Amino acid sequence: MSRFIDIGALEDIPRQGARVVKTPQGCVAVFRTMEDRVFALTDRCPHKGGPLSEGIVHGDRVTCPLHNWVFDLNTGVAQGADEGAVPVWHVRVEGGRIFLDTACMKSTAWGGR
Amino acid sequence: MTQKLVVIGAGMASGRALEHILETAPGAFDITLFNGEPRGNYNRLMLSPVLSGEKSYEQIVTHDEAWYQAAGIHTRFGEAVVKIDRNRKVVVSAGGETAYDKLVVATGSAPFIIPVPGHKLPGVITFRDLDDTNAMIAAAGQGGSAVVIGGGLLGLEAAAGLRILGMEVTVIHLMGHLMERQLDPAAGYLLQKDLERRGIKVHCKGATKAILGDVKVEAVLLEDGTTYPADIVVMAVGIRPETRLANDAGLEVNRGLIVDDAMVTSDPDILALGECVEHDGQLFGLVAPLYDQAKVLAQTLIAQEAAFRPVQTATKLKVTGCDLFSAGDFAEKDGREDIVFRDPGRGIYKRLVLEGNRIVGAVMYGDTADGTWFFNQIKDAADISDLRDTLIFGPTAGAGKADPLAAIAAMPDSAEICGCNGVCKGTIVQTIKGGAHSLDAVRGGCKASASCGTCTGLVEQLLALTLGDEFAKPTVQPMCKCCDHTHEDVRRLIKSMALKSIPAVMQELGWKTVGGCHSCRPALNFYLLAEWPLEYSDDRQSRFVNERNHANIQKDGTYSVVPRMWGGVTSASELRAIADAADKYNVPMVKVTGGQRIDLLGVRKEDLPHMWADLNAAGLVSGHAYSKGLRTVKTCVGSEFCRFGTQDSTGLGIRLEKTLWGSWTPHKVKLGVSGCPRNCAEATCKDVGVVCVDSGYQIGVGGAAGMDLKETEPLTTATTEDEAVEITVAFVQLFRENAKYLDRPYKWIAKVGLNWVRERVVDDPDTRRALVERFEISQSVYRKDPWAEHSRVTERAKWAAMADLSRVEAAE
Ligand code: SRM
Ligand SMILES: Cc1cc2nc3c(=O)[nH]c(=O)nc-3n(C[C@H](O)[C@H](O)[C@H](O)COP(=O)(O)OP(=O)(O)OC[C@H]3O[C@@H](n4cnc5c(N)ncnc54)[C@H](O)[C@@H]3O)c2cc1C
Ligand code: SF4
Ligand code: FES
Repeated sequence: MSRFIDIGALEDIPRQGARVVKTPQGCVAVFRTMEDRVFALTDRCPHKGGPLSEGIVHGDRVTCPLHNWVFDLNTGVAQGADEGAVPVWHVRVEGGRIFLDTACMKSTAWGGR
Repeated sequence: MTQKLVVIGAGMASGRALEHILETAPGAFDITLFNGEPRGNYNRLMLSPVLSGEKSYEQIVTHDEAWYQAAGIHTRFGEAVVKIDRNRKVVVSAGGETAYDKLVVATGSAPFIIPVPGHKLPGVITFRDLDDTNAMIAAAGQGGSAVVIGGGLLGLEAAAGLRILGMEVTVIHLMGHLMERQLDPAAGYLLQKDLERRGIKVHCKGATKAILGDVKVEAVLLEDGTTYPADIVVMAVGIRPETRLANDAGLEVNRGLIVDDAMVTSDPDILALGECVEHDGQLFGLVAPLYDQAKVLAQTLIAQEAAFRPVQTATKLKVTGCDLFSAGDFAEKDGREDIVFRDPGRGIYKRLVLEGNRIVGAVMYGDTADGTWFFNQIKDAADISDLRDTLIFGPTAGAGKADPLAAIAAMPDSAEICGCNGVCKGTIVQTIKGGAHSLDAVRGGCKASASCGTCTGLVEQLLALTLGDEFAKPTVQPMCKCCDHTHEDVRRLIKSMALKSIPAVMQELGWKTVGGCHSCRPALNFYLLAEWPLEYSDDRQSRFVNERNHANIQKDGTYSVVPRMWGGVTSASELRAIADAADKYNVPMVKVTGGQRIDLLGVRKEDLPHMWADLNAAGLVSGHAYSKGLRTVKTCVGSEFCRFGTQDSTGLGIRLEKTLWGSWTPHKVKLGVSGCPRNCAEATCKDVGVVCVDSGYQIGVGGAAGMDLKETEPLTTATTEDEAVEITVAFVQLFRENAKYLDRPYKWIAKVGLNWVRERVVDDPDTRRALVERFEISQSVYRKDPWAEHSRVTERAKWAAMADLSRVEAAE
């Protein structure tokens, strides 16, 4: 089951950047790509907890700011030799507003996916 | 029994609908057609060629007098409908009331006009109908300048037409690149280049502030202060569905007049189609879907069941010579991949967006021959898994791979390759053709690559290009997996090819990815701002977190804040402000750094702008402890206090720090100034270290005390403080202009040689002065406190979470 909540406008996030949403399960990083695609991942790198929201966004990937692990924003899976994954949250963009699926907040392990 | 059908608007959509009605049910309706314009239906798309003079109005008329007569349509052209009375089922116009059984609203859309001061001045024109087009043609007849506001499809077609008619044309566009809804930055860059080639000036990221003029337009003023002279201003910033009649009549209207699948509005006797409608939340701005609507509407009118389903649309620009194509969906969705192809030599860029085994979007520039084929693959949702490897080359695949030498091949002969000796590509190629078949022979023949050697890679590529297989090119270490060039080559090419944006570099140098990666983007951002300080604007999103947030990120995601203490000197009031900030923001640790200043560690991101504002108020600015830029200038107490001091080392250190602060450099830069050879400021392990002696200032460079331990190498001894400052600044600028990103000075000097450096910053006063001048130009942009900028009241919210759902209950 899903319940989408309006978390703000697309314009609130810079292109190739991210903003954070606070939830009872911790922070969620909401990314906006160059092409205005929006993704959301739990804002904690599986390596040593780096805030992914502060990474450089390139294509549909983000590089963790602490030790440069790279994650696919679609799947949350670490790329290359690094092993690990971040929970992915459902987001939707409608009429310039961003909606986050709060159903994901229930499950801690995989964000309800 | 014939029914009375009234149609409001004789545009592209209603014209097509009338054809269908007359074909499928001739005689079923007694039709009256109103149009606001004093003419019947014509092909609106073709107004662009009418503007440029390639077509006449007569050639674009789709339905002439004879056609309306044969069809028995009562035409009421030049007579706008002003009211719909739904109770009495009549429409009202200047000619009185006209009764209907069925009504069709096809009022199209109206150009949007930004309500800036001056928008009502004579000379402000939109681009929608024949009258607008004729107004532009008449204005162009007087010559002069035109400013087009809006770099979308319409604006660019207007700009191209006005340019052909001989006007000086400037396009102002709000976004970062042209046609941003249809194109990505690479394609937008190529389009801009093509337009500039035909003499159209393009100003992106330009927000219009006002249109200036007394009795008519004279100029356009932008928010950034730029003004462009203008005899006419064409507003092409977008369109809005024309829904005024529908609104007044109480029909259901959202952004557009709402219709169902059968094209019926909230009143069963009123139908609508075209740009004035909204279907399933969607508006329409291209004709292809409108033609489908026309078919459905005609069927509904003759009581046949039909449903409108929007189709994919593709965009082309009707400007001869600008070959672009964009289709499909670039919106956010999971699991997408890109295929990119660039041919810098021929100005070609192609990109496909894949989702699983299907193409969902395509953008192309320069070669759009396969556009229709890709468009069909998108519409058919065709499975392309078998074609994947060669897909980007289209249906007749097989064409070769991207050539790493293409960028070099495309350079003009006049492009400078060797900056030290001023040698151009043409000269080098001549030298090679004249028999110089090795690097050494080229160095001997024309001196290219004979000095600092950073252009060696390019000279080798020219050897490979000119000699073909004869020359075995040594393998180079490319910047990253996104490209085939070394850092040094990219730096040189940015300069000699005058590349001034990240998309320009990526396109012209054949980047293999769409938007680069975390490794090349920060480097490109630095190279561009160092080369073009006034023209290039810093790309914050291409910066590593510390530089983007102007604070050092800590292992737990908090930040450290280090205010500048000029030359390590502080005061009681500064210390008090730091102590107050530490208290107010619950700073867990206050520490004296190795760089003679104070670090507030463990600050939360959302507190940063507030803390900065407090520190600013006490006169403290950013210490840039996070930057690839000037960090600290360590000083000792010097002649002012110390019994051994020979010169005012503290004063010199402060002067150097005030000159150099804010500048971006390839890696961090640290200075030290000691008042005597006892060297209490540890100047001999800094990037630049000054040791004062009785006779003057001994300047050493290339020291380090990090992962490598290096003592500075003596550069020269300056006799005056002014000279010491000038040499230091020239050295820093030479480093900025030449070093590879993330090389500290000692690494760079090892590559180019200390003598090469000395020749420029010591031996040749003219070169030295020129370096200082270029540094000052760059500092006119960058010598400012980033904290002040980011702590402005309007900016502060951006540092906090965008939403707080921590108290929202989880869904069941
Ligand atoms: C705060 C400070 C340590 C201290 O408590 O004293 C410090 C802290 C860091 N240093 Fe340093 N360095 C500090 C003085 C030094 C010094 C001593 C000096 O400047 O006199 C050195 C050796 C001198 C030199 O640079 O040659 C030094 C050599 C490094 C290096 C190695 C550089 C190299 O070229 O080998 C790094 C890594 C890098 O920059 O890539 C580094 C990187 C770092 C970073 C920024 C690591 C990072 O990227 O996160 C540390 C940030 C910690 C934090 O969370 O805030 N720090 N670091 C000092 C800040 C000075 C200041 O006021 O700005
Ligand atoms: C310069 C230009 C170039 C274009 N190029 C392309 C292109 O390359 N490809 C593409 O697909 N599309 C293009 N378009 C868009 C395309 O022309 C429109 O999508 C299409 O014309 C919309 O058709 P319509 O019938 O909804 O509205 P319109 O064609 O605008 O017709 C509406 C008519 O209704 C009349 N009207 C409005 N209110 C009233 C009233 N109250 N009473 C009586 N009459 C009224 C208006 O005067 C107008 O004549 C271009 C448009 C322009 C202006
Ligand atoms: S030496 Fe510098 S980089 Fe290493 S732990 Fe200490 S502060 Fe961090
Ligand atoms: S914490 Fe993300 S890479 Fe180390």
